[in-house]
Amino acid sequence: MIGLNHYLAVGAILFALGVMGIFLNRKNLIVILMSLELILLAVNINLVAFSAFLGDLVGQVFAMFVLTVAAGEAAIGLAILVIYFRGRGSIAVDDPSRMKG
Amino acid sequence: MIQAIAFYLFAGIVVLSAAMTISARNPVHSVLWLILAFFNAAGLMVLAGAEFIAMLLVIVYVGAVAVLFLFVVMMLDIDFTELRAGFVRYLPLGLILAIALATELIIGVGAWSAGGIELSTRIAPIDAAVPNIEAVGRLLYTRYLFVFEAAGLVLLVAMVGAIVLTHRERAGAFRQNVSAQINRRSKDAIRKIDAPIGQGVEL
Repeated sequence: MIGLNHYLAVGAILFALGVMGIFLNRKNLIVILMSLELILLAVNINLVAFSAFLGDLVGQVFAMFVLTVAAGEAAIGLAILVIYFRGRGSIAVDDPSRMKG
Repeated sequence: MIQAIAFYLFAGIVVLSAAMTISARNPVHSVLWLILAFFNAAGLMVLAGAEFIAMLLVIVYVGAVAVLFLFVVMMLDIDFTELRAGFVRYLPLGLILAIALATELIIGVGAWSAGGIELSTRIAPIDAAVPNIEAVGRLLYTRYLFVFEAAGLVLLVAMVGAIVLTHRERAGAFRQNVSAQINRRSKDAIRKIDAPIGQGVEL
């Protein structure tokens, strides 16, 4: 029988994969943003699983708010990416020379 | 039984497509794997009984966020082979870190379920007779009304911010001149001509 632990394990694996994605693609800003989406998806799975198995609806409401923030974050992040690309012609994010105030 | 099969199917595809998202060579493929991950996560949530969040996940993530990613990946002319330079170098470290993190989280979950933790009373107990979307709507528009409006405000600020960030003035583009339009009087613009019959009018 599928219990709460199964869902939490899926959430944990998804979270770890998202963190690993940030590590592996540390130059590619687009994949970093996608990894962030994966992390937030793992959080949402946890919230929904707790909500379903503890019998409290509040977790689902908060999953919706997490979803809202994730959508806003993706929009702003991609907008920053677009203007960064416009100014530099590349999206490699580990160039420290750009950060001199 | 069928529930277990569905769970393992959805969970397996979620994990597989998440792994492909972070390791795909082509970012367009990455976005497509991400969409598959979102669909299967929505399936997991349907299994858990949260239909509203599942549908929201499909609409918001697949319909808006993933398509936004797809637009940006395809619009910008980026040399992706150069960006993958550190992939192999960081692979061992990232792998060790991810395995350690996942193990810790799973051990934590096991410890949590082993001990008895007294939870307080439920704020909004799930009533099996009320459909999920109706129950979520009732909760959202009563107890969490202000938080709900704040979420709308977050989206508004994100929209305005994205427009302000990416908007640029282009030289040579035709734009509306509002003050010139308002200051224009009808006597400057209109001319009465007593047109003679059978002849043209000089404008």
